Amino acid sequence: MRRLLSGNEAVARGALEAGVKLAVGYPGTPSTEILETLAEDYRSIYSQWSPNEKVAFEVGIGASLGGGRALVTMKHVGLNVAADPFMTFAYTGVNAGFVVISADDPEMHSSQNEQDNRFFAKFAQVPFLEPSDSQEAKDMTVKAFEISEKFDTPVVLRLTTRISHSKGIVEEGQPVQLPESGFKRDMQKYVMIPANAKRRHVVVLERLQKMSKYSEATELNRVENNGSEIGIITGGIAYEYAKDNLPNADYFKIGFGFPLPLEKIRRFVASHKIALVIEELEPYYEEIINAAGIKVEGKKYFSRLGELSPYKVALGLKEAGIIKEARGAEIAPEQLFPRPPILCPGCPHRGAYMALRKLGVAVTGDIGCYTLGVLPPLEYLDSCICMGASIGNAIGIDKVRGHPKGTVAVIGDSTFLHSGITGLLDAVYNKSNVTIIILDNRVTAMTGGQQHPATGFTLMGEPTRSVNFVELAKALGVESVHEVDPYDYKGMLDTIEAEIGRPGPSVIITNRPCVLMPKRIMDRPFMVVAEDCNGCSACFRIGCPAIAPSKEMTKHNRPKAVIDPVLCTGCTLCAQVCKPEAIIPVPETAAAK
Amino acid sequence: MENNKTTNILIVGVGGQGVLLASEILSETAMKAGYDVKKSEVHGMSQRGGVVTSHIKFGKKVHSPIVPYGQTDILISFEIAEALRAVDWLKKDGRLVTSKTRIVPPIATGGKFHYPDDPAADLKRKVHHLVVMDADEIARELGDVRLVNTILLGGISHSLEFAPSLWEDVIRNRVKAKFVDINLKAFARGRELAKEA
Ligand SMILES: Cc1ncc(C[n+]2csc(CCOP(=O)(O)OP(=O)(O)O)c2C)c(N)n1
Repeated sequence: MRRLLSGNEAVARGALEAGVKLAVGYPGTPSTEILETLAEDYRSIYSQWSPNEKVAFEVGIGASLGGGRALVTMKHVGLNVAADPFMTFAYTGVNAGFVVISADDPEMHSSQNEQDNRFFAKFAQVPFLEPSDSQEAKDMTVKAFEISEKFDTPVVLRLTTRISHSKGIVEEGQPVQLPESGFKRDMQKYVMIPANAKRRHVVVLERLQKMSKYSEATELNRVENNGSEIGIITGGIAYEYAKDNLPNADYFKIGFGFPLPLEKIRRFVASHKIALVIEELEPYYEEIINAAGIKVEGKKYFSRLGELSPYKVALGLKEAGIIKEARGAEIAPEQLFPRPPILCPGCPHRGAYMALRKLGVAVTGDIGCYTLGVLPPLEYLDSCICMGASIGNAIGIDKVRGHPKGTVAVIGDSTFLHSGITGLLDAVYNKSNVTIIILDNRVTAMTGGQQHPATGFTLMGEPTRSVNFVELAKALGVESVHEVDPYDYKGMLDTIEAEIGRPGPSVIITNRPCVLMPKRIMDRPFMVVAEDCNGCSACFRIGCPAIAPSKEMTKHNRPKAVIDPVLCTGCTLCAQVCKPEAIIPVPETAAAK
Repeated sequence: MENNKTTNILIVGVGGQGVLLASEILSETAMKAGYDVKKSEVHGMSQRGGVVTSHIKFGKKVHSPIVPYGQTDILISFEIAEALRAVDWLKKDGRLVTSKTRIVPPIATGGKFHYPDDPAADLKRKVHHLVVMDADEIARELGDVRLVNTILLGGISHSLEFAPSLWEDVIRNRVKAKFVDINLKAFARGRELAKEA
């Protein structure tokens, strides 16, 4: 059947066709929909969310050792978290096939960096495959499992946001029939004590030799001959951008990116007057090719920053003298107001930021919807490095007495379970005077509402135990643990203030669910009584999208506020900061209309 | 349609308005009509009230999924200031169908930024083939605000060669059974309105 699939949906389909037994990951844009599609559409495959990427990777290794093909999914920075098992699994190799998805995010549409994970595959000495569209994403998923078993190695399938989230037509294939297999004991191969690991390192290098031969021969690295004197070496989405501009050039299209087919590339370059490398982000191909003594140019003309685009490629080609005019135009700077992402109306994270801003403490942050607290008008966050970093950062600031008013860490529920627990343990162990606020909205909201170990459900929708944050914090040795209602502004203020003043670590857990996911929460909306509004703008400063200035002005010519009753969820926070008490619930009768 | 010509379509709006469903329906209709199709959008932070843009390209063979700036054949907008933001993506004689909807973000409520007073007038100066519809109002009349989607698609359906029955097949497939009739009605209303305009 032919279907319109995103790159992520295509990988899920590929997993089905490859006979995958277990799929595991941790959510992260742009990788998340792979597991969601599996859990929704291909339920014959067991799939699960793990608390973080390291555990997910280790579960995948287990499945491979146990004889089942395993797919592990994560975003690019997830592979940093999983780097420890990744680097050594490269030594042991697999029993059943093992493929890890690294979904990179050039342009940082929703990430904290744009690292190029092609280097990670090279670092670990394992092969990576890179598709240019959805059809290839599916086909290469199947191929990656064959390669994994053929060469006894984990394989990286590298996607980028443009591949993961673009749709194209995919011709579906038939699932393979795999022979039964199971766990095979092999201590020398899988127990990486130094004596065994030394032998395995030799195997890794031998494998590299074999894979180089394969790379030269495989159709994954193909030459498209159009009789041109211009030869373009490219892969991934950059291939499509190049084709948009130069449909009739010759192409060396790289699909198997490590190890590179250097002899085939040497011949290709030698037979072309001009040889140019077009790749997104880092000069990965270019450096390796040049290091082999093959003269090519690339990043001289194409940016290392962000995504490429058909137009950016056109500009580079023009500069390289290959085309005369770059079709397209520079996107004109916008004259219009911006529309930055913002905390939703009724978002329970808002209350915490209002209180922290009032208290004037240092706030170390973490990653999730609540990171939006850094944007105007809340603008109250001092750090965001990576998942789980808030607690360690706070401990460090406290230990050097960095802030006179004290330090507070804010961390989401999913993030705390991902990598905050060990930070909290550190705070207890090293007797830190930090206050940690777990913003428990009972969902992984930023990435679209995934389950996690405290939501009570698994990825496949089964009810399960959910972790109790209060008990967990106490068990780790935190003496002062409080649950607070983030819609109670005064309560938040008082609790945080008291805990900052107390020696030793404290944990404050907010207890309101996300208003969007898993279901929309709507309470009786509030309204502004125009006569009572003095235009002080306190309600504007909480950054609620439901509150806007009205056309009506006060006598000091300041706009009064109005509340959109469709957007307002009735969280009451604006009413709590309204000095003239002009904000009241919409009367029942009016609300009923 | 010429052999190598691709049709470039852009759909814009604000997170949560239903841009993605509209672009799904349009892309699938193009696929059912026998074209190669690619579509692209970036969803990440966009859910939280940010701008959502969906690129759709179809033709005999489509390479990159990105519509080039200034070369868009058809622009569909769910929000009128967003139509203004995206209008320069249109090619010279491109067509624009937009909803009248205004969504003013908090940032444009302060002194620094300003939501345009009369975006429709600004659009009129820039675009010859322009249809502005009160899609929200029609949707409310029909009984469900989420129908804006199919109303707007109806609104551009004249500019594309696909038979109404093809659109209807895809809509039938894409929406829940109990919403099929009302969506087909919304599509027809949009189509009618654009014809009058
Ligand atoms: C290592 C790593 N994995 C995944 C992500 C993607 N990611 C960003 S925030 C987030 C989780 C947010 O959930 P939570 O902490 O519950 O906060 P919420 O968004 O619900 O407020 C994830 C998975 C990431 N940035 N880094």
